[in-house]
Amino acid sequence: MPTFVEKVLARAAGLAEVAPGQIVDVEPDLYMSHSASWRCIRALERLGTDRLYDPSRIAMVMDHISPARTAKTADDQRLCREFAARHGIAKFWDVDAGIAHLVLMEEGLVRPGMVIIGTDSHSTIYGALGAFGTGVGFSEVTATWVTGKLWMKVPGSLRVDIEGRMSPGVTAKDLMLWLIGQLTADGATYLSVEFHGSYPASLTVSERMTMCNLAMELGAKNAYVPPDDVTRAYLAERGVPPGAYEEVFPDPEAQYVRTVAVEVSQLEPQVACPHTVDNVRPIGEVAGTRVDQVFIGSCANAKYDDLVEAARILKGRRVAPGVRLLVTPASRQVVAQIVRDGTYAALLEAGALITNPGCGACAGDGGAMADGEVTFSTANRNFQGRMGSYRSEIYLGSPATAAATAVRGAITDPREFL
Amino acid sequence: MMEERVGGRCVRFGDSVNTDVIIPGRYLVSIDPVELAEHAFEPLGPEVQAKVRSAPVIVAGANFGCGSAREQAATCLIGAGVRAVVARSFARVFFRNCINTGLLAVECPAAVEAAQDGDEVWVDHREGLVEVAGRSFRFAPYPESLRRILESGGLIPYLKQVLATQAR
Repeated sequence: MPTFVEKVLARAAGLAEVAPGQIVDVEPDLYMSHSASWRCIRALERLGTDRLYDPSRIAMVMDHISPARTAKTADDQRLCREFAARHGIAKFWDVDAGIAHLVLMEEGLVRPGMVIIGTDSHSTIYGALGAFGTGVGFSEVTATWVTGKLWMKVPGSLRVDIEGRMSPGVTAKDLMLWLIGQLTADGATYLSVEFHGSYPASLTVSERMTMCNLAMELGAKNAYVPPDDVTRAYLAERGVPPGAYEEVFPDPEAQYVRTVAVEVSQLEPQVACPHTVDNVRPIGEVAGTRVDQVFIGSCANAKYDDLVEAARILKGRRVAPGVRLLVTPASRQVVAQIVRDGTYAALLEAGALITNPGCGACAGDGGAMADGEVTFSTANRNFQGRMGSYRSEIYLGSPATAAATAVRGAITDPREFL
Repeated sequence: MMEERVGGRCVRFGDSVNTDVIIPGRYLVSIDPVELAEHAFEPLGPEVQAKVRSAPVIVAGANFGCGSAREQAATCLIGAGVRAVVARSFARVFFRNCINTGLLAVECPAAVEAAQDGDEVWVDHREGLVEVAGRSFRFAPYPESLRRILESGGLIPYLKQVLATQAR
């Protein structure tokens, strides 16, 4: 009996059924390329063709280095702009839009049952809306532009059943860091990760995004939360009626490589320590570690509710002297929302440096550290040298923990402020 | 494009070597293998970099290439003269990027177990054979569809051939 991924890839491959390990040619519904788009275009030039299979399936978002910092990047971005205009690529967003994943979801382009490839490993995030999303190289996106097809190995599936209610100050981010610590950075390599149970069902789409995004750090090929009324309402708000998509659910008798049961009511805030995402400790073990910078950003945790959560702690308080607090909203829509409801002002008055939307410091675009410095970040990676000096350190945690840490200048349990 | 048997002296790495260590994000402005190679493994320092440049084979533990989808993590190794990566296991996007850029990547835990830093390691991808200092270890050869991509030198050259055949 098929899992989610077996059903969705069988459909995209035009087959009645597929089995784990099988290599199939699938026809993705959407091809996302971000700042790597210029590389895709260069690869197309090498290929010597200008004929695209279906320009309406191509989506480009200029997110990693936005706006351009150098003439080279400006040139690369112009190449993309001109290419999009020449080929009538309507799904093109420029340097003002924000992080590709968020933009596509906010625009209602990601729908249940879709198969989506992206030039970004965190394309697993599309599972938050019941879609299959996976990261591929830029040459693969180029090949798909031309042929409309891409080879995929059908993965086995890991089922995570999550029950319980978390205490205030503990979030989906903490759960995912904890899970990554337990299962390790290759705990789900080549696997499709399905999140089931009353906990994911209780979450907003934004929190589900955080979960599916972080599943990448388990090595997952894709992630999935079953679509429900929360999903349908999110899509309806974006003008996408239920008739515009086909929800896909795993069979109740589906075969999983592994099943993990998690109970979250006792979970504490978690922190991933340098330099791997699976080096995870409960907050109590790292509280008091001094930081030079706090970064609230990335496709993992810079959505509207993430910034609201951070602002709840920062409102009426000040960032500790000598600490830099960078806030990079995930998208232009998020900026508009926080400006409207006063969150922007609260963050600014607390001493935050609020940048334009995009990937920002998570992609090394600003926010670099000097030798020996420490950043507490809400992003999804803490690899050595990712933010400046190879001799700097990154700790990862939730927006609430980041806000509490910014106030104290040292890693702090957010529950102390609630 | 690709010889059946490639190899030479190996450089050995541990588990979960990530893409930011293989090629830091700041260098992704380039797609030139030789330019990229200058910065391959830069976070680990010049000694490791020099070793990689003089070793045609990388032997690594589990989850090699974890992290980003950046294709340059594979191309920078090609630029550095690496002909094959033998690992206990690969992160999936890195594995795809190897095949799609024409870099031999094989999972062979027993060979990894046997290999010491500096050993001679040879890989025959058609036979599914890794030789480590004279000892042989088997791995499952690539499926036909992947082998064609690899032997064409990667996905773009492969597709170019396919398109040329279709045009005829």
